[in-house]
Amino acid sequence: MEADLKADLKSLAEEQPLYALKEIVMRHEGQKGAAIPILQDIQGVFGYISPEMLQRAGEFSGIPVNDLYSIVTFYAQFRLEPIGKNLIQICHGTACHLAGAEKITESLQFETKAPAGKTSEDGLFTLEKVACLGCCSLAPVMTINEETFGHLSPDGVRKVIRETRKISSAEKSREEVTS
Amino acid sequence: MTEQPKYRLKVGLATCGIAGGAAKVYRALEEKLEGSSIPLERTGCIGMCYNEPLVEVIEADGQSYLYGNLEPEDSTRIVEQHIGEGKPVTELLVLGRGSETDDPSYFSRQKRILLKNSGHIDPEEIDSYIAADGYEGLKRALTSMTPEEVIAEIESSGLRGRGGAGFPTHLKWSLTRKAEGEQKYIVCNADEGDPGAFMDRSILEGDTHSVLEGMLIAGFAIGASVGYVYIRAEYPLAIRRLQIAIRQAEERGLLGENILGSGFKFEVFIREGAGAFVCGEETALLMSIEGKRGMPRFRPPFPAEKGLFGCPTSINNVETFANVPRILHQGAAAYSSLGTAESKGTKVFALAGKIKRGGLIEIPMGTTINEIVFDIGGGISTGKPFKAVQTGGPSGGCIPADLGDTPVDYESLKKIGAIMGSGGLLVMDEETCMVDVARYFLTFTREESCGKCTFCRTGTNQMLKILEGITEGEGREEDVDTLIEMAEKIKAGSLCGLGQTAPNPVLTTIKYFRDEYDAHVREKYCPAKKCKALIDYTIIEDACTGCTVCARQCPVDAISGAKKEPHLIDQDACIRCGLCTNSCKFDAITVTSMPKGEDELCHR
Repeated sequence: MEADLKADLKSLAEEQPLYALKEIVMRHEGQKGAAIPILQDIQGVFGYISPEMLQRAGEFSGIPVNDLYSIVTFYAQFRLEPIGKNLIQICHGTACHLAGAEKITESLQFETKAPAGKTSEDGLFTLEKVACLGCCSLAPVMTINEETFGHLSPDGVRKVIRETRKISSAEKSREEVTS
Repeated sequence: MTEQPKYRLKVGLATCGIAGGAAKVYRALEEKLEGSSIPLERTGCIGMCYNEPLVEVIEADGQSYLYGNLEPEDSTRIVEQHIGEGKPVTELLVLGRGSETDDPSYFSRQKRILLKNSGHIDPEEIDSYIAADGYEGLKRALTSMTPEEVIAEIESSGLRGRGGAGFPTHLKWSLTRKAEGEQKYIVCNADEGDPGAFMDRSILEGDTHSVLEGMLIAGFAIGASVGYVYIRAEYPLAIRRLQIAIRQAEERGLLGENILGSGFKFEVFIREGAGAFVCGEETALLMSIEGKRGMPRFRPPFPAEKGLFGCPTSINNVETFANVPRILHQGAAAYSSLGTAESKGTKVFALAGKIKRGGLIEIPMGTTINEIVFDIGGGISTGKPFKAVQTGGPSGGCIPADLGDTPVDYESLKKIGAIMGSGGLLVMDEETCMVDVARYFLTFTREESCGKCTFCRTGTNQMLKILEGITEGEGREEDVDTLIEMAEKIKAGSLCGLGQTAPNPVLTTIKYFRDEYDAHVREKYCPAKKCKALIDYTIIEDACTGCTVCARQCPVDAISGAKKEPHLIDQDACIRCGLCTNSCKFDAITVTSMPKGEDELCHR
């Protein structure tokens, strides 16, 4: 989905989620084998796919909910739970494995208090192990919200997390004040 | 006529360049050059990933200077000193006149045909591709050849599938051409799932149109009017460049109806993969495009007869398609003059791991492993002895250093138990534990097995359990033989390539590094000092200054000691995470693994 459209749908989703969902599904009307692109777009806009979204997507598209469910549970891309404020993807490709990705992951777990594959209790961090980010010359590598960090050390990532935590906490308290 | 600019600047903006900081350098240069007439261009992967971010300065006479390992601040010096005063900044140069590095051999030992455009043209500008003879191959095919002649040309070039298995491309095409059906499809497999492989991504990001042109020629050859690119969703930049390339090709009449006035029509759609490794297998890939779970189908019928939506389909890999325009433009003879008797042309590899100069390389088939590792790659990055290379990712095998004279071609690699694979080439040094490598790949394939075939589903699980046992010091004497037996059964009892090749990393490491397995099993000893259960972290009393940094780093408070006194690690509390070694500035913490039988040396 193009970036502009995604942004429009995202703001629509905040006001009228059901309408946004319908809009997403209808964009694929008549497309052959549309189930996966529909689900990808839903996740792109909402960040994850809830059971209710799955139900509604089935109703709007006419694709049996069973089929949709079989897809979201098969493909690693789909998330059935909302993610934390910061999504951290730790590369576990071969080059990163050789360069010590396991240690990086442990260090991140200690620092974020999020178990691998889960979100921390404070909702600030979601840790995800991924197969390969394809930046092997920078191994070990991780991304935080799509920004890539390379040549990591267990010590270095703790600093990055502390920085990120500071920024996120400040944002969070600002949000609380304004709301 | 406009005057030729005195200098042109190019910044390598592929994913790994951007990850290395190239976008920041680009913005800094943009700022510096504001108001001047010096063109600042973006290009794909220049190939020297180990020196990212890279900036090339080309003088009016064509003389090129390549700057590497840049920080945004360096842009000031490049602009002021090189552009302003005409004096290259030699200490930042990695290639070009005045450069003081030994990097030239990185490129001079390669043969860059497929990568000739990557890092030179602007992938987001169709004119840039056309100026580099782009779409000439398509022109030749559409205006002067029949589809059969195109297939014959591919046959005489000797092109074989670059996805890894090496199936002759012309056979796939002619079978699909001969198959009956109104609608036929071309599918480009860009689901590059092997960890440690980024060749296809780099080609798609750096020379996008070459893949489209290859698909167009293939479509003409087999009689298809629709093509799909099935690409990993994890490659957002490649996807965006593909979208741009498709739009530009449509605007120029190179996609759509009546292409180049020949009456041939063709359109291309992009489908994003959803993160399933098995979808690199062709029938699983087709299921995924059809909107289902990506589980392999029985073959026959082969996709050439009954493929996408039940229609005849030819599925080829990105690199295979990228070869096609070159063959059509320069002729099959020029192409097949490179390579060995059975493996023609060149192969692109993603060279990574414990290597000094890692990056995107292209070599003629028949180049030896040693030539790649030492002449191109510059040897081992850690200075430790070279131990092995791994090709083909989770489907491939480990090749020991003493077989370094093996030429890289389909047959030679197969003979020693490895495979060509799609192009990942991981270099390992002495510090790499081969049992751990086998365990690593099995963890991956176990996770990615789609679950359809029992042997693959439960077999990989069982093998992984055994391997985990071995790395945890619980190995039993019969384990290695059990692994071999199970490996053979999984190979025989699996429907698709995933299961048929999943045991390869285990089999080759057993074949070439049996002594390491035996050390783990019999002596509970990890020679590479990698397996957590078999190692200890200890503080060298004489080297420890008592600075307390390690004690503060330790997440489980296993390190104790008074300030300015040597510290001690409580071995029972230690979880062997290694954070302490990383933090120690005095090299006072060592990792040891002792063969059983030398218990008196053991610290535990």
